[in-house]
Amino acid sequence: MNFETILFYIFAALTVLAALRVITARNPMHAVLFLVLAFISSSGIWLLLEAEFLAMTLVLVYVGAVMVLFLFVVMMLDINLERLREGFWRWLPFGAVLAGLMVFQMVWVLGGIDSIGGIEAVKHAADYSNTKELGRLIYTDYVYAFELAAVLLLIAMVAAIALTLRRRKDARSQNVGDQVAVKRDDRVRIVKMQSEKPVGGHPSASKE
Amino acid sequence: MMELLQILQQAGQDLLGPAWLPVWTIVKIMVIVLPIMGGVAYLTLAERKVLGWMQVRPGPNRVGYWGLLQPIADGIKLLMKEVIIPEKSNKFLFLAAPVLALAPALAAWAVIPFFDGGALANVNAGLLYILAMTSLGVYGIIIAGWASNSKYAFLGALRSSAQIVSYELAMGFALVCVLLAAQSMNLGDIVRGQQSEYGLLGWYFIPLFPMFVVYFLAGVAETNRAPFDLAEDESAIVAGFHTEYSGMGFALFFLAEYANMILIAALTSVMFLGGWLNPFHGWPLIGGLTDAVPGLLWMLGKMSIFLFLFLWFRATFPRYRYDQLMRLGWKVFIPLTLIWVVVVAAWMQTPLWVW
Repeated sequence: MNFETILFYIFAALTVLAALRVITARNPMHAVLFLVLAFISSSGIWLLLEAEFLAMTLVLVYVGAVMVLFLFVVMMLDINLERLREGFWRWLPFGAVLAGLMVFQMVWVLGGIDSIGGIEAVKHAADYSNTKELGRLIYTDYVYAFELAAVLLLIAMVAAIALTLRRRKDARSQNVGDQVAVKRDDRVRIVKMQSEKPVGGHPSASKE
Repeated sequence: MMELLQILQQAGQDLLGPAWLPVWTIVKIMVIVLPIMGGVAYLTLAERKVLGWMQVRPGPNRVGYWGLLQPIADGIKLLMKEVIIPEKSNKFLFLAAPVLALAPALAAWAVIPFFDGGALANVNAGLLYILAMTSLGVYGIIIAGWASNSKYAFLGALRSSAQIVSYELAMGFALVCVLLAAQSMNLGDIVRGQQSEYGLLGWYFIPLFPMFVVYFLAGVAETNRAPFDLAEDESAIVAGFHTEYSGMGFALFFLAEYANMILIAALTSVMFLGGWLNPFHGWPLIGGLTDAVPGLLWMLGKMSIFLFLFLWFRATFPRYRYDQLMRLGWKVFIPLTLIWVVVVAAWMQTPLWVW
């Protein structure tokens, strides 16, 4: 058992444990944090597979942005824990069957039951760049699928904004352009005056 | 110097065998982290001195000669103070939050090249690693705000998370321009890509000037520094996310903030100002004279310029209002960086691209 294998088992155990805690944790905030842990440890597994681009992107996109927004929402929601947890045991068998089905599908796709345990990670030379290979594949062989996915995401984004956008008549806003274009003379008037009045000029000034 | 290192490596190998690699790595980590900690300590002094001078007052000048022992005194004071844990807080997360803030700030230093070949890890996806690590820092702030069970801390955490997520996009696009220009995500290669016979004219801050400005300003926003320090906005929400922290917990947040400032300064120097390169390389007369200066000094000099800018901004600008901050991020920086990515990508295909 070499060092990498030990690391793999540590990361794998962490991922599974964290994923379990995501669905069993009482506090939704803790569940989200366990999901973050699951993402980080699976990115560790990807690093062991020399897929550094995917590993870093997982941390960057999911942990750094998506989960932050999740936390943001979970922190602000007024969640009734009891209502959320009722029916957990009733739906557990159904969920377990679904999960089993998904595992079966994945194994099927990845080369059949026979090859479990026989899959060897491919070793590459030191100058091999996973990022470059991935980029080459995405922008040559799979360019249409990639563009389609991008357009789909764009449509989803535009739709989400369009659905939530509402113009309120009573909302006040500032015109930033006007604010930036303000000149000094619009706001301040410099008045020239002498700092001292000449002696004897006014009768009131000389009366001390 | 290099031979000495070789001899040391050999002796270590003979003495410890396979255990030598972790030991040597820990030594290297110490060589990077300890100066950063020292830098953080004296950056706080520099900040107070610079702010003092800008406001025509002397700054701290009582502890030690010229106030030089002030950071040490502050550190001892914070160490001795009691760590108060609020009654209804989540204790584990409350104590974990400062660590979660500091750890990514230090982890990101692993790929920064201080001189040619002088990085702890020569990672091919270095730029991505940096982005990933800096995006993790927000967890410390959010968790601190939530675990404190305090309204002010909570508001600070919400502000901070929205701010960091918004400015990260602009930062990411600015870095996409850099990696387009350098055609590499390895920070060492990015610096080497800026090497030319014309000294500082070969650096990326010239073709990518708008990105240079956007990146540094987004960096100021990411580190929650004035004028973007809405997460701790003391005039509105007491001290933001670290309202409830005292003693060492507070000190760790402080360390994280300053370590992040130094990190942003180092990154801006590496990506836009040629890292360890001599600005006068190849220039008549002055180039020959300055080529002997070690790269580490150039790097530290460039970092100091940006650190001074951080302090200068704090002394000069009033704090942004929250909607102004969001407008700057989403309506100014992101469109600007998006357009510049396209401009750079097109520009690179023409013979006009000389970098």
